Amino acid sequence: MRALTWHGKHNVQVDTVPDPQIVNPRDAIIKITATAICGSDLHLYDSMIPGMSNGDILGHEFMGEVVEVGRGNTSLKKGDRVVVPFVIACGQCFFCERSMPAACDNSNPADKADATEIAYGHSVAGLFGYSHLTGGFAGGQAEYARVPYSDYGPIKIPDGIDDERVLFLSDIYPTGWMAAENAQIQPGDTVAVWGCGPVGLFAIKSAILQGAGRVIAIDRHPNRLALAKANGAEVLNYHEVKVREALLEMTAGLGPDSCIDAVGMESHGFSPDNIVDAIKQETRLGTDRPHVLRETIMAVRKGGTVSVPGVYGGVADKWPVGAFMEKGLTLKTGQTHVQRYLPQLLQLVLDGKIDTTDLISHRLPLEQAPEGYKNFKENQNEWTKVVLKPH
Amino acid sequence: MSYSDVSTDADVGSTAFLEEDRQEGDYDSSSLRAALINRPRQELYDYWREFRNLPSFMENVKAVEILDGRRSQWTIAGPAGADFDLVCEITEDRPGERIAWTSSEGSDVDHEGWVDFKDNPFGRGTEVRVFISYDPPAGVVGKVVAKVMQREPRVQARRELRRFKQLMETGEVSTSKAPEAAPRASRHL
Repeated sequence: MRALTWHGKHNVQVDTVPDPQIVNPRDAIIKITATAICGSDLHLYDSMIPGMSNGDILGHEFMGEVVEVGRGNTSLKKGDRVVVPFVIACGQCFFCERSMPAACDNSNPADKADATEIAYGHSVAGLFGYSHLTGGFAGGQAEYARVPYSDYGPIKIPDGIDDERVLFLSDIYPTGWMAAENAQIQPGDTVAVWGCGPVGLFAIKSAILQGAGRVIAIDRHPNRLALAKANGAEVLNYHEVKVREALLEMTAGLGPDSCIDAVGMESHGFSPDNIVDAIKQETRLGTDRPHVLRETIMAVRKGGTVSVPGVYGGVADKWPVGAFMEKGLTLKTGQTHVQRYLPQLLQLVLDGKIDTTDLISHRLPLEQAPEGYKNFKENQNEWTKVVLKPH
Repeated sequence: MSYSDVSTDADVGSTAFLEEDRQEGDYDSSSLRAALINRPRQELYDYWREFRNLPSFMENVKAVEILDGRRSQWTIAGPAGADFDLVCEITEDRPGERIAWTSSEGSDVDHEGWVDFKDNPFGRGTEVRVFISYDPPAGVVGKVVAKVMQREPRVQARRELRRFKQLMETGEVSTSKAPEAAPRASRHL
């Protein structure tokens, strides 16, 4: 089959690779009809995440048609249309039983789980196409993919619903939704969202659906700010205003009730030596880079909540722990528990309560995926979301 | 084991609270590892006690043949592609609670191990503790080789227990082995 594969920094190409096979009883093979490039894929493209191997298939936002199921899978059958969560989770461990699939204890293979156990104290769940630290699973920017535990993760999609309306259930839609939920929004609250990329836009849509009285979006790309505005947010261009002062003025000195960091930070790596490198890097760069996590803590009102869907990987310097404690803040974060949200979020799509397609700027055949990566990184204003069609 | 000189009044039976927090085995390389498994204690014991199941989660155990009620012959994948034979004898068998074994004289590898199964007191499943100790096939050199091949006891105990947990909780062992489980491009360029 054809697949988008990683060969080093800024070097991705479409190669012919072996077809995936059913290996475990609960596996399924999916023929991929739509897949997307995620902002977090750019961390891999930039070679900021360790644990990549030459030839790895990327992609963790994908959907398609079931073409083969393992003998232990009784819930899927050939021909089913499904969206696949980017988090690989078993459904049966301590965490999955408590509706925390992004903390699944079993999906990261035993030989791959050592690295994050050392870096984080505990191994993390498996993810599709996101380095060998998260399991070394092949991704979905390909014609086909093997989906483990396919009786637990994938959600079936009724016929007659366009791929593009449901594709983002795989990641960014539930990620934006959980970010808003983590912001603990009460009716009438003011929510500030840093970053108007796909996750930020879904956080804005979700915050409004969850009852926010007012959403203020922060970015520097005019086109992305325009999308935020079209979704009901007031916007701030951080190249034009001092963000914290603007937020104070807009809220009459109170500050936003909740702040969402949908930017994250380039990963600083996972292994102990990389963490040391990250400390050095942070010290050198800390004075002249905007630091969103810091800014959210300084801007949020006393007793407010900071929600962090943005990806962090290593260690951060200049963490304003005093403001965090003295203002009595709550901080909530984590990889998205995708499986937890799928039924309710699909229903919102079916009911026409949310537009999941307005952020798509480009649709490309899989063969042009390298062009998609290059432009998504270099032309962020125009290239807001790339959907790939492998078939 | 004794509980003397503990600095806490917690009594959760964890080895972390024992005087000897590092278990000493009879042999050079030893490791202890614990995991919480979301299945009933008896079921876990039963699966482990059937030693012919061991290759399903012990990657370096290629085959187990049962000789009699207490003895079994294990074929172990050693460094550099060499196989070793091991005749194991069960030294302690408390149904639903504990299995201990040791290699008998004349085995290629000197080895002992035990596994404990205990109900979590707060209803969170079964606490499983595994201890593995062995003399590496060819002394220090063997240990280095075994470590390189990721069969060093600490790595081995950690991974075997993870696989056992996966198998018991989900019915399968998670894998991303290329090419079948996770295709990737050949490493040209």
